[in-house]
Amino acid sequence: MRSTEQAPPTAQNPTKFDIALRGGRVAFNATDIFHDLDLTLQAGSFTCLLGPSGVGKSTLLRYFAGLVEGDVSGTITCSDNIPLAGRVAYMAQQDLLLPWRTVHENVVLGAVLRGEKPKHDKASHLLSEVGLADAAHLRPAELSGGMKQRAALARTLMEDRPVVLMDEPFSALDPLNRLRLQELAARVLRGKTVLLVTHDPLEALRLGDRVHVLSGSPARLQDAITPKGQSPRNIAVPDILAQQAELLGQLGAEPSEGAA
Amino acid sequence: MTHQINHQTKSKPLSERRWLMLARPLIIVVALIATWQVLVIVTGAPKYMLPTPADVWTTLIARHDVLFDHAQYTIAETVIGLFAGAALGTLAAIPMALFSPVRFWLMPILLVSQAIPFFALAPLLVLWLGFGLASKIAMAALIIFFPVTVAFFDGLSRTETGWLDLGRTMGASRWRLLTHIRLPAALPAFASGFRVATAVAPIGAVIGEWVGSSHGLGYLMLHANARVQIDMVFACLLILCAFSITQYFIVDRVLRAALPWQPDSLKPAQ
Repeated sequence: MRSTEQAPPTAQNPTKFDIALRGGRVAFNATDIFHDLDLTLQAGSFTCLLGPSGVGKSTLLRYFAGLVEGDVSGTITCSDNIPLAGRVAYMAQQDLLLPWRTVHENVVLGAVLRGEKPKHDKASHLLSEVGLADAAHLRPAELSGGMKQRAALARTLMEDRPVVLMDEPFSALDPLNRLRLQELAARVLRGKTVLLVTHDPLEALRLGDRVHVLSGSPARLQDAITPKGQSPRNIAVPDILAQQAELLGQLGAEPSEGAA
Repeated sequence: MTHQINHQTKSKPLSERRWLMLARPLIIVVALIATWQVLVIVTGAPKYMLPTPADVWTTLIARHDVLFDHAQYTIAETVIGLFAGAALGTLAAIPMALFSPVRFWLMPILLVSQAIPFFALAPLLVLWLGFGLASKIAMAALIIFFPVTVAFFDGLSRTETGWLDLGRTMGASRWRLLTHIRLPAALPAFASGFRVATAVAPIGAVIGEWVGSSHGLGYLMLHANARVQIDMVFACLLILCAFSITQYFIVDRVLRAALPWQPDSLKPAQ
């Protein structure tokens, strides 16, 4: 990693409100994906959502983003009594970079889409922070997978929203790039309220302050597992490995498979 | 970290590829003319049925003033028709993609319009719009309208949903989602439709000229055919071919230059 990527001592502009989902329900084709679902995202904390494929993790995340249409009920309230809508930034597994815009132009997309004047200095600063200063003028097709996801992270940070929703943002990367991006994300998102969907228990334990498993049909949330220490955590310590075994157990693995 | 920037693989030296690029059309043209000549010799066809390349070349040179005069009309009809048809197609595709009621009402009308044989429509257009340019431009525009509309509509309705989700969380209005995401994303599809339109546009103009006109290569061909001046018919055909190909390549070049981000898996083979 670059030597400049050191954790800042304190978070900038930390998020100060909790978000509470109560009685969340989403159904597709008359089948409930989940119902009676309660989840609280604590102010400035990093929550990870684990679960088998197709269980509804992404749907729950998209519910928070206000992107689920159709048969939906439940309430989302923020402790500061301001609606959540308009205060979230969204990052998906695909980089979702627009191929006709350069990296820099992609990073300032939000302002352009709102008809605001883009803050080009801030975009350049964020791009150098994610290690893409030299690639700002390139189009996405000229970037590697890791660089694209860095650009997507810079675009997410550019929005400067108090809440960041991430849907398996690192799962398409090779292990080394994934590790680097996890470290980067942990550093730059510190102080924000983050909800991260992942299928990797170690990623969840590395980054999450609270790790929930979502499983079953209709899906239910298990009680949170709370790894100790500040993220990004060293995942080679016994505590974390024990919690990984616990998570694998909750995900339905046989004890012999999940034992660390 | 190192930046992994893709470079085109260069399997052959550049000069060799460029040489082949320039020589290839020439080789094709020479081969076609040779085949034509062989056909004349083998069949022993008389000049009033199948003239030799040399006969046609002589006519091209001798009658160049007449040919040039009429070609101007056909080219003008085609080019104006192409842009008029593409503009109409664009104007139809955007509201169809944006508003479902427009889509439900316009789609059947579009399909019905395609069921009408355009050749049969040409006399009506001449009746309504006269012998001049207007009826031929309308004919070309009508033929172009459908491929452009369908291709552009298709592109507009297949926007990557992730991009739209992203735009919505960023607080984009419906209008800005259209202008900054859906429209640019549909441009490659529009370009495909426009390429097809470019190829068929001269057909519309020539059909219009056949049915009723006082100018144009179609008019010239019809009269030359009636007087058994088959070398003249061939000369007209050659000019039409040359114009169609030139127009297609210009359009293709412009579209490629305008959409440099468009993935093009065939590029290195040029």
